[in-house]
Amino acid sequence: METLFTPFQSLLGGVLVGIAAVMLMGLMGRIMGATGILSGLVTPTAMSEWDWRAALLAGMTTGPGVILLLTGQMPAVQVPVTTPMLIIGGLIVGLGATYGSGCTSGHGVCGMARISTRSIVATLTFMFTTAFTVYVIRHVLGG
Amino acid sequence: MRLIASYLTGLIFGIGISLSGMANPAKVLNFFDFAGSWDPSLAFVMGGALAVTALGYRFVLRAPGPLLETRFLIPTKTDLDARLVGGSALFGIGWGMAGFCPGGALPALGTGNGHVFLFVAAVIAGIWIARLLTPTPTAQA
Repeated sequence: METLFTPFQSLLGGVLVGIAAVMLMGLMGRIMGATGILSGLVTPTAMSEWDWRAALLAGMTTGPGVILLLTGQMPAVQVPVTTPMLIIGGLIVGLGATYGSGCTSGHGVCGMARISTRSIVATLTFMFTTAFTVYVIRHVLGG
Repeated sequence: MRLIASYLTGLIFGIGISLSGMANPAKVLNFFDFAGSWDPSLAFVMGGALAVTALGYRFVLRAPGPLLETRFLIPTKTDLDARLVGGSALFGIGWGMAGFCPGGALPALGTGNGHVFLFVAAVIAGIWIARLLTPTPTAQA
């Protein structure tokens, strides 16, 4: 499935993600890592740790609605993979991000911004295995 | 105040992710498909986010602490162990299979698309399994 190259829109999106990461650090003293936030919501935690994460998630899920209001269209969500692949992929993402202490937002943005060696190693590792997986699925197995 | 601040922060993140294309698996997978329908857009997302965060952190972390909490909670571990590399390698395999990462999927829940709910449920199951299998897995980032 071809997608349009959207450099300006993607750059603006990235800048907003960066602003959010800086805000969360400046206001709450926390790393903007999506896995950490989700993880804290689904494991037993103190209320004072749970409530801000729930508010943050509520804000995140309001994002697409704001785009709908501004542009008249929901952001595109096209899933070019089968449902079993989506579910198995999700399980592996949850396992891997928990063992690896982070995901794209936590390691790839926040950790790399702090020049954390662990995050740089993590990001290079998962960028490589993601590209490798896509290559194998699309060009070796021919999915 | 903490909750309003967190909500607004999440909202900016959610608008950013929605604009960026990270919430769209077709776009994410094309970014990694150098040998096929390559779409370099996501390099601009990562570049923009990283530049702003790196500059912003420098400024913000000069303060004695965050405005609404007592202290900055920043990971202090420095060891490059098998768990970090193995977990990250696994994470990439899952990302390459599904096309969603958690940061892309959480805002995308707001579109009401059923695929996103399935994916997020699977991620939660993965987090639980990791926690059952090991006594103290860390997921701070």
